Amino acid sequence: MAHSLAYANPEPWQLNLSPGVTQTAENAYHAHMLVLWICVAIGVVVFGAMAISMVKFRKSKGAVPATWSHNTVAELIWTVVPVLLLIAMAWPATRYLIAQYDTSESEMTVKVTGYQWMWRYEYLGEDVGFTSRLDRESERIRQSGITPTLADNPNYLLDVDNALVLPTDTKIRFVITADDVIHAWWVPALGWKQDAIPGVINEAWTEIRQPGVYRGQCAELCGKDHGFMPIVVKAVPKAEYQNWLVAQKSGDTAAAARIASVAAVVGDEG
Amino acid sequence: MANTAVQHDDHADHKPEGFFNRWVFTTNHKDIGTLYLVFSLVMFLIGGSMALVIRAELFQPGLQLVDPAFFNQMTTMHALVMIFGAVMPAFVGLANWMVPLMIGAPDMALPRMNNWSFWILPFAFTLLLSTLVSPGGGPAGGWTLYPPLSLQGGSNMAFVIFAIHLMGISSIMGAINIIATILNMRAPGVDLLKMPVFVWTWLITAFLLIAVMPVLAGAVTMLLTDKFFATSFFNAAGGGDPVMFQHIFWFFGHPEVYIMILPAFGIVSEIIPTFARKPLFGYQAMVYATASIAFLSFIVWAHHMFTVGMPLGGELFFMYATMLIAVPTGVKVFNWVSTMWQGSMTFETPMLFAIGFVIMFTIGGFSGLMLAIVPADFQYHDTYFVVAHFHYVLVTGAIFAIMAGVYYWLPKWTGQMYNETLGKWHFWLSTIFVNLLFFPQHFLGLAGMPRRIPDYNVAFADFNFWSSIGGFGFGLSQLLLVYIIVRCCLLKKGAKAEARSWEGARGLEWTLPSPAPHHTFTTPPTIRNSDLAHGDVTH
Repeated sequence: MAHSLAYANPEPWQLNLSPGVTQTAENAYHAHMLVLWICVAIGVVVFGAMAISMVKFRKSKGAVPATWSHNTVAELIWTVVPVLLLIAMAWPATRYLIAQYDTSESEMTVKVTGYQWMWRYEYLGEDVGFTSRLDRESERIRQSGITPTLADNPNYLLDVDNALVLPTDTKIRFVITADDVIHAWWVPALGWKQDAIPGVINEAWTEIRQPGVYRGQCAELCGKDHGFMPIVVKAVPKAEYQNWLVAQKSGDTAAAARIASVAAVVGDEG
Repeated sequence: MANTAVQHDDHADHKPEGFFNRWVFTTNHKDIGTLYLVFSLVMFLIGGSMALVIRAELFQPGLQLVDPAFFNQMTTMHALVMIFGAVMPAFVGLANWMVPLMIGAPDMALPRMNNWSFWILPFAFTLLLSTLVSPGGGPAGGWTLYPPLSLQGGSNMAFVIFAIHLMGISSIMGAINIIATILNMRAPGVDLLKMPVFVWTWLITAFLLIAVMPVLAGAVTMLLTDKFFATSFFNAAGGGDPVMFQHIFWFFGHPEVYIMILPAFGIVSEIIPTFARKPLFGYQAMVYATASIAFLSFIVWAHHMFTVGMPLGGELFFMYATMLIAVPTGVKVFNWVSTMWQGSMTFETPMLFAIGFVIMFTIGGFSGLMLAIVPADFQYHDTYFVVAHFHYVLVTGAIFAIMAGVYYWLPKWTGQMYNETLGKWHFWLSTIFVNLLFFPQHFLGLAGMPRRIPDYNVAFADFNFWSSIGGFGFGLSQLLLVYIIVRCCLLKKGAKAEARSWEGARGLEWTLPSPAPHHTFTTPPTIRNSDLAHGDVTH
């Protein structure tokens, strides 16, 4: 359980995508790994042939150049085989994409609105809504010009005042828009991003398998503080989510804040 | 040598008297080619300096050097300068110099329009760069100029749009000239399917330019009227659609990136056979693959917009069409490798850059194929993974091919060999540092670092540190190129070049003296098939 939370934050020297905490993220990861391995294989063949050529077929080694400039069989093979490889990659990618577009039978809807430079979240039908902006500590550091460190500032630029609290194991629909310019809402652990466009409502869905804290950032240039409007999702079990919702509606800010707290969650720091 | 058309009196090499007459009023394709290349080098250094401002800020987490608004101006201008000021003019410069020589023509079809095509550019870039120092600052919404953000700046946007119009006019006129020259002025015997691949790639690129530069002009004019004349093309509140800009822009933008790579394919297709001493493998396949790539380039534009909220059918179409481009591109790579196979290679500087191109452009092609896969792209889009991809194809791709072409043809232009030891140093330093600069950016993107941000979470610090080291190393290495060129061309140090400056070189340009006289092929040469690299009609 701890391993999927370990990638909730980016890791120093991280080399690869994380499989995340949703089916969508896992699909993205598998599509990525498939195309990556195919590219590695092609690279080994192509760069290997080049390396052999550069060692063996040198004038300084007395190589005599051949005169041929055609080989119909080879040309046929290296046209047909790539097409087959493309089909092999496109097939699962098509399945994953169809699944990603299917927002039917969602159990709740969250409206996300991008602003310069913060997010607003509204739980449609619940009369709960709030803004979510860069936390004060990150703001202080970036205004001062000092250099943050991993030990002292592990969530620098990835922390907010009010996290988006969501229930796990629930199909959640998002409707996404913006108030001013184009933004984009992205949490890598959920596996997708969608543009937030003024005058347009985009739709997406997610179902989070694992409780935890998942951090992301705005992913479309939106002005001077594009790099300073992060996203934090706190996923909690359904019962706890209901408690949070009740606390929010009844104005019990202390109880709500306790459930929504993103401080020192187990495995959060990775 | 009996079939060369160099006049025996020195009238053929008589250059106009006076600096203004020679350089400002020139109608000579060689001098105009030189103007484009010098301009492009200057713009490369300017654009490169902007990149160093970016890498300096990103060297460490925290905001130490510039404020975010200025950082956004740097990223925007870096791209505009590199794309429109460095890469495109360099390719046009190489075309101007080499296309007439390669087809046995005395000059371009429209020499006076050729002059204007060049001289518009310094004015356009003065206008563009002046916005950085005028009130309101330069454009800061990305080189892609997406509204509504790009309309939020001050009135300087008008200068940016006017500059883009000027650059577009320059490109369109240049493209018309190329097509007219290639189709009408080939010497008898230079059949289309015997032309050098560099000429083919430029012929096809010229059609792409004419097709899409007007589209860019339309898109930025709509931005202009939305900003200043109360139209609502891209304003939802007025009944318009911000996404429509993206469709129009990328309908230009995708063919644009092929405009920036097809001539590179042509250059590499000239160089590798020379230094492998073996004919280019699959000449006709190379021509047809280039044409296929150009055709496909028109139907893939929305792969730059996969997260915009397109319907499923649209996403699938653009995914499949984009993946398809890998096939003809792969054919070209396999053909270059097959040219090397069983050749007899030497590794002078042009060959080093050409081989470096094949390897590193292919790496960029791999990340491009990965980006085409939509479910994965939902994680890659607008991250450093995209930045890594396009810098591999544009820097280690287009720019390395341009450098290869410059080293390859410099002896023909100047009559001087450049210093081979220094050339090799330039290659190896550039290659090592450019990979240090861009390869870690793949990892940053996969780890979750978005694009166009001046500051980042500390987890991204390590790769950013090394990327910045690579950036400064790569930038400083280009000063060596400047020195090599100055030493060779201005100081004239080094060995004299032969007419056939490279042992394995084939083509009409190598039948001329080095340096090529100011006027060449004033009467059409008599072509023997053996003078042409692809004169063998059976291949």
